[in-house]
Amino acid sequence: MVTSAHVWSIDSDGVHVMVGEADGEGRESRCYRAAAVVLATGAHDRVLPVPGWDLPGVYSAGGGQALAKGEGVAIGRRVVVAGTGPFLLPVASSLLDAGCAVAGVFEAGRAGHLMRRWTVRPWELLGQPAKVLELGRYGSTLARRRVRYATGCAVTAIHGGQRVEAVTVSRLDASWAPRPGVGETLDVDAVCLGFGFSPRVELALAAGCRLDDRHFVMVDAQQRTSVPSVFAAGEITGIGGVDLALCEGTIAGHVAAGGRGDDSVLRVERRRRKVLRAFASRLQGAHAIGPKWTDWLNDDTVVCRCEEVDVARLRSVVETSESLSLRSLMLQSRAGLGSCQARICGRTVEELLLRTIPSHRLVGEGSIDRRPIASPVRLGEIAQSRAFEVEG
Amino acid sequence: MIGHRVPDRDGAAVSTPITISVDGEPIEARVGQSLAAALIAAGTVAWRTTPRARRPRGAFCAMGVCFDCLVVVNGRHDVRACQHRVAAGDVVESSPWPDGRVSDGGDRG
Ligand SMILES: Cc1cc2nc3c(=O)[nH]c(=O)nc-3n(C[C@H](O)[C@H](O)[C@H](O)COP(=O)(O)OP(=O)(O)OC[C@H]3O[C@@H](n4cnc5c(N)ncnc54)[C@H](O)[C@@H]3O)c2cc1C
Ligand code: FES
Repeated sequence: MVTSAHVWSIDSDGVHVMVGEADGEGRESRCYRAAAVVLATGAHDRVLPVPGWDLPGVYSAGGGQALAKGEGVAIGRRVVVAGTGPFLLPVASSLLDAGCAVAGVFEAGRAGHLMRRWTVRPWELLGQPAKVLELGRYGSTLARRRVRYATGCAVTAIHGGQRVEAVTVSRLDASWAPRPGVGETLDVDAVCLGFGFSPRVELALAAGCRLDDRHFVMVDAQQRTSVPSVFAAGEITGIGGVDLALCEGTIAGHVAAGGRGDDSVLRVERRRRKVLRAFASRLQGAHAIGPKWTDWLNDDTVVCRCEEVDVARLRSVVETSESLSLRSLMLQSRAGLGSCQARICGRTVEELLLRTIPSHRLVGEGSIDRRPIASPVRLGEIAQSRAFEVEG
Repeated sequence: MIGHRVPDRDGAAVSTPITISVDGEPIEARVGQSLAAALIAAGTVAWRTTPRARRPRGAFCAMGVCFDCLVVVNGRHDVRACQHRVAAGDVVESSPWPDGRVSDGGDRG
């Protein structure tokens, strides 16, 4: 087991790893050649842009959770949590534990829709007592602490000079377009936003694995990807929580080590995986992003945080460029070319470009998720690496 | 209260206090804490200025993805504050530009 190990690339030579402190200098460079590789790189929250989301005090929901639950730090005195999905509930609960007041949890999905999607095939929920109870527990914590929970609402603007000072909360219609009217202003000093998750698939792409249309790594019943000897488990194959990730990881590890997916030792994992996946797809359907969220953007709303590219700039590049290629439009606008390598804005840039281009089609190869360097390395480190090889 | 630290529970906020230097000022932090958490706990919400619009930035994702939280640590540039675990005597420079830091300006826990 190698800890503090950062995989920065996978190619025909093997798996390239830097061992040492994150963002360190002069770390040890290693290259592993392995008979099988299991990828479990996880996911991070997707955050849709909102006017003012680049102000200090705005966090991704997972970021708020990591600081509050992981480090016991209160990110503000009065915080709102907004977006979509059941993950908003544990985030709010952790904020309370860390000593923040929670001014509201705003779920963009509307109650009627959530109810219909949550209660399709109700018998499947019977296999799910733990998951349902977990969500119920968060719900009752919020109710006990009198935290306001509203559906069909979103934070559609964040206000402040040098940091968050207030938010506008608007009611949404079924397509997530804000309803006419001014919305409600709440004074807060921090905001957590989460709209589901984006899988971290750069290593899977580098290894040549096929993705599905939602950008998750495709796997078979044995957790095998489209590339023989490369397996995937956890959130890069679909969002389903920690228990599902553990089941998938157990199966992937067993098969990668030479076992068979139908071996009887995996009976429990196979059954749990099936039940948990059904639950996950129920959540996915209930909390899909509404198409009209773009109605809350302004011309000067930042889309790409790293390169500070706003909505107007993106539009003007589309209008003045002849190109329909994603790569070329990114190069011209600089959107998605900053230090996060489009991890935060990539999906959004792609979506906004598609909507702005009259044909609604981007041409050419290229995935927004393709990143040749999967984790930061310094040029000096590559130059100095003697790349000593380890047979796996 | 910003930065109020909850009592330690199941390994959450690790306890041993240490001192680090941020732009020449001493800040109390905890062994094992991320630098981003230490800065927020000390009442600092932003510690970088963007190059174009010169807007303040601090942490956003707190999990190493967004690169908003970059600082200079012990002379080393481009360190993600959320990924750096503080050690006693760390010298942090918040931003290569002036006025990089925004404090919450209020009482602290
Ligand atoms: C703050 C937080 C709280 C959560 N709370 C709950 C909860 O209460 N209940 C629940 O069911 N689920 C919860 N979840 C979701 C749960 O954590 C995930 O479902 C689960 O961890 C997914 O496991 P995974 O292995 O797919 O990914 P992860 O656990 O995210 O693991 C991915 C790992 O890969 C590493 N990695 C990625 N890229 C590289 C690279 N290039 N080189 C080296 N390492 C790399 C990452 O550092 C990380 O350690 C929470 C998630 C977060 C972020
Ligand atoms: S806060 Fe996003 S990388 Fe540190």
